[in-house]
Amino acid sequence: MIPAAFDYARPASLDEALTLLARGAGSAKVLAGGQSLLPLMRLRLASPGKLIDIGRIAELRAIRDLGNGATAIGALATYRDVLDSALVGRNHPILASAIPGIGDVQVRNRGTLGGAIAHADPASDIPAILLALDASIAIRSGNGERVVGIDGFFQGAFATDLAEDEILTEIRLPATPAGAGMAYCSIEQPASGYSMVGVAAVVGRAAGSISSARVAITGVADVAYRATAVEKALIGSDGSSAAIDAAAAHATDGQQVTSDFNANAEYRAAMAAVHASRAIEAALAAAG
Amino acid sequence: MAAVIAETAAQAVDALEAIVVEWEPLAVVVDAEKATQPGAPQLHENAPNNVVFNWTVGNKSGTDAAVDSAEVVVRQRVVNQRLIPNPMEVRGDIGVFNPGTDEYTIWMSSQTPHIQRLLLAAFVMGIPEHKIRCISPDVGGAFGSKIFCYADMALCLFASKALNGRPVKWVETRRENYQSTIHGRDHITYLEIAGTRQGEITGLRVKTFANLGGRLSTIGPGIPTTLYGRVLSGCYKIPNVYCEVTGVYTNTTFVDAYRGAGRPEATYVVERAMDLFADEIGMDPAELRRRNFIAPDKFPYDNPSGLGTASNGEKIYIDSGNYEPAMDMALKTVGYDSLAKAKTDARARGKYLGLGLSTYIEVCGVAPSKWIGAVGEGWGAAMWESANLKIHLTGKVVLTMGTQPQGQGHETTYAQIIASELGLTMDDIIVQHSDTQGTPFGYGSYGSRTSSVGGTAAVKAAGKVREKARHYAAHMLEASVDDIEVVGNEYRVKGSPEKKKTLQEIAFALDLGFSLPAGMEPYLDETVYHDTPNCTWPFGTHIAVVEIDEETGKVDLVRYVAVDDVGKKINPMIVDGQLHGGIAQGVGQALWEGAVYDDDGQLLSGSMLDYAVPRASWFPNFELGETVTPSPVNPLGVKGVGEAGAIASTAAVANAVMDALSPFGIRHIDMPFTAPKVWRAMHDKEARS
Repeated sequence: MIPAAFDYARPASLDEALTLLARGAGSAKVLAGGQSLLPLMRLRLASPGKLIDIGRIAELRAIRDLGNGATAIGALATYRDVLDSALVGRNHPILASAIPGIGDVQVRNRGTLGGAIAHADPASDIPAILLALDASIAIRSGNGERVVGIDGFFQGAFATDLAEDEILTEIRLPATPAGAGMAYCSIEQPASGYSMVGVAAVVGRAAGSISSARVAITGVADVAYRATAVEKALIGSDGSSAAIDAAAAHATDGQQVTSDFNANAEYRAAMAAVHASRAIEAALAAAG
Repeated sequence: MAAVIAETAAQAVDALEAIVVEWEPLAVVVDAEKATQPGAPQLHENAPNNVVFNWTVGNKSGTDAAVDSAEVVVRQRVVNQRLIPNPMEVRGDIGVFNPGTDEYTIWMSSQTPHIQRLLLAAFVMGIPEHKIRCISPDVGGAFGSKIFCYADMALCLFASKALNGRPVKWVETRRENYQSTIHGRDHITYLEIAGTRQGEITGLRVKTFANLGGRLSTIGPGIPTTLYGRVLSGCYKIPNVYCEVTGVYTNTTFVDAYRGAGRPEATYVVERAMDLFADEIGMDPAELRRRNFIAPDKFPYDNPSGLGTASNGEKIYIDSGNYEPAMDMALKTVGYDSLAKAKTDARARGKYLGLGLSTYIEVCGVAPSKWIGAVGEGWGAAMWESANLKIHLTGKVVLTMGTQPQGQGHETTYAQIIASELGLTMDDIIVQHSDTQGTPFGYGSYGSRTSSVGGTAAVKAAGKVREKARHYAAHMLEASVDDIEVVGNEYRVKGSPEKKKTLQEIAFALDLGFSLPAGMEPYLDETVYHDTPNCTWPFGTHIAVVEIDEETGKVDLVRYVAVDDVGKKINPMIVDGQLHGGIAQGVGQALWEGAVYDDDGQLLSGSMLDYAVPRASWFPNFELGETVTPSPVNPLGVKGVGEAGAIASTAAVANAVMDALSPFGIRHIDMPFTAPKVWRAMHDKEARS
C-alpha cells in the first residue's frame, strides 16, 4: 500500500528538528528508523501531515560510557549498534541476549531503541527490558532538557510521557546492582514475531537471599509494566525454585490482561507467570 | 461495485479512500456446518440452507452394514481448517486493448493461460477466442491459487477498451490477496472407522461439510468431491467406504485448490482415523497400518467400494504400490524401536515427545479426460497435455509446452527429458511456455501433472522427431529405414558404423528441404497431444517427531523423516525441493496456519502479522529417503511430486502431537496446534483428572 501524501523535512541538527516540531505541533511526527511508523503509514492507519526525519542526526546515535557500569544509549542507536557495542554487552547483557529475537536483520539494522520506546507498542520487548534496567529517559524540547525515570514513561498503548513538541534523545542505564544478573524470556506470537509475553528480570542475591529485583512484563497488558508484586515477594526470599514460582504467580496482579484471537487472557496470564519464573531463574544463574 | 482507474498507484489509493460506501449489514454465517442449520442466514436463493450440492461416493449399504455390525467403531469430528495459499508473488494483470485490431492482450500471473483465454472469451467477455492473447510470464509461486479465473482479469481488459487502448495494470496487495484470492481446505468432517480388535479395518464412513465460500470459484466443487472422496481409503484395503460431502455457501472468501487440493484433507481423515483406531484397540499404529496395506500383488487396484468409478462408469485404478518397504525404511531411519526411551528422556527435560506416522498415497498426474470430464467429477473438462518440438537448421532445439511453470524448474526438467531422448546436451535446448500465442493449447500445471502428462507429451514429440530423422537419415545415407539405428544423436547404418549422420546434420538438411524423399515434408517440427490413460499414485511414509513444552504448550518439530516413492526422478534436486516446500506447508497447517473469521465475517487473520507463514528456522533438517516403483502409466515412469509433501505431512504432525498428548488422555484436538490451544487442552485434561 501507499501512504497518504505528507510533507517531509530532514533537519541537520537536534535544534533544527525541535524548531520544526514546535512549528508543526499536532500534525508533525518524528521519524527515526521508520520500522514501526512507516508500516502504519503504508496501511494508512497513520497519516501524519509532516514527517520530521531525525534519522541522520549523528549526535543522537552515540553510545557513551558513563563510568562505573552506567551507559547512555543515543535515541537513534539502532538495534544493531547496541548489539555491536561491547560496552552495552558488558554492562547490560540482557540487551545483547534479547535483541537478536527482535524483528529480522533488516529491522535490526534500521530500527532504533529510542523509536521503539517512543512508539510504545504494547507487545514490544524493549520497554520491559528498560523498565527492568531502571533506565532514565532524556527528553528535549525548545524549553530545554528534562530527564524522567522509565517508571511512568509508558502511559498506555502507543502512549508515552512525550509531549508533542518533545524529542527523546537518550536512554541512560544505571549500573547493575551489585550481585545482580539479568535475563529476558519471552514466547512469541508466531505470525508477527511479537511477544505474546515477555519478561525482563534484573535480580540480585546477597548473603543467601534475594536482595534486589526489578521484573517487568510486556505483551500482557496495554502497556509494559513493572511486576511490583513479584518483586516484593521475591526480595528477602531464599531464591529457591519454590520461592521464585510463588513470586512469579503474582505476575499479572492488578493488570487487565489482553485477550485476542492469538492468545486469550488466561493463557497470557499463565505465560506471564511461567516466563517470570524462567527469567528470574536465568537472571540468578547469570548472577553466579 | 466500484473500481478506480488512475495514472499512478498513489492516486488510485487516494481516490479509493474518497469513495464512501454505505453498507447495510446483513446477518452472516462463516461456519459451513452452521450454515446448513435451520435459521441460518441464506446467501443465495437457489441454494436452500446454503447447500450447493450433496455428493456421495462409495458403497452406502455395505458401509452402513460394516459400521453398524463392527466389533469396534471409533468416531471423531475433525476440522481441517481454512488456509491461505501465500505465494511469494501476489496476483496481478496488465490488460491492453488494441482498437486497431479489436484484439486484447493480458499479462497475468496464472497457472493456466490457455484456460483463462477460453473462459474469458467464451464465458466472461463474450468475444472471440482468437481475439485474446494471454501471457503468464515467470509466475512467482501459486500453490493452486492461480489456476482460476478472477474478476480483475476481465476488468483490466474492459478498462483498457474503455480507455481506448491504454494499458491498465492491477496488482493486488498482500491484504487483498488474503481477502480475495482463493483460500483452501475448510472441512468439518465426522468420521467413523470400524474394524476388529485384531486390527482388520472393515469400514470407513465419512460425512463432510465443505466450505465453498460466498460464491463458487472456477473448480471449487471439484476439490472436496473427486479429489477428496476418491482417495479416502488411502493405501488401505478397506472393503467398505462411503463418503457424503455437503458443499456449502458461507460469507467467506471462496475456496478452491490449494496445494494437494482435497487429497491432504482425505489423508488427514484416514491417517487420523488409523491412529484413533490403533489407540482404541491398543495396537501399535505402524502395525495396524501394516495389517491393512493393499498388498503389492494387488495392483492395478480396483477399490471395492467404487471410489475409483466415475459417474459415467469410467474407472481409475491405483496403478502401482509397495507400501511396506517405504514404511519400514522410515521407521528404521527414525529409530522407532527406541521411541519409549526418547519419550522418557524428553520428560526429564520438561517435554512431552510424540511420534506420528502418515502412510499416504495421492492421486496425481491428472487425468484421463473421459474420467475427469464426466458429469459430477467437478471439472467438466479434458485434461490432456501438449508439446511441440522443433529442431532448427542450426541444430538448436525449441520445445514448446502447454503446461505452465510457477517456479518448479520445468525448463530444466523438460530439457533433461529431450536431451535424454535425442542424445543432445541441455545447452542446445530451450523450453518455451506461458503465451497462448505460440504455444499449443494446454491445461496448465497443477495436480502434480506436469512431468507425467506434459512430460509424456514431450517424450512422444521427441519420438516423432526421432522417427522422422531416422527416415531422413535413410534417405541421406541411401540405406533402408530398417537398417538405421539410433545411438545417442547419431543415426547409423547397421553394420557400417562409419556411415552415419548426426541429428544436427539431419536437421540442417531436412529443414532446408533441398532434397526430400517422396511424401516427406520439410522441417523437424512435431506436435503431440497426449491424454493419459490413468492417474499416477505416489505413496510413502512420513514420520514427524515433536516435543511439547510442559509449561507453555509450545510444539517444536524436532525430526522429520520422509520416504517417498514418486517413481523415477528426472531431477532429484528439484524433487527434493518440491518435497521440502510441500512438507513445510503441510507442517505449517498442523502447527501454525489458519484463516480465522469472526462471527461478523471479518477476516481476523488478514495479514502476515496474524497469519503464521512458517519460517525456515522453525524446521529441523528433513531426512529424506526413497523407494522407486516406476509408474506403469507413462514411459518416463514418473508420478509427480508437487503436492506429496503437503499431502502427507499434516497428518504426520497431527498424529505426533496426539501421541505426545496421550499421557493427558487427549484423543484429538483440532489444528493448528498453537501453544495456547495445546496448553488449554493439557490443562482441561488435568482439571478433569
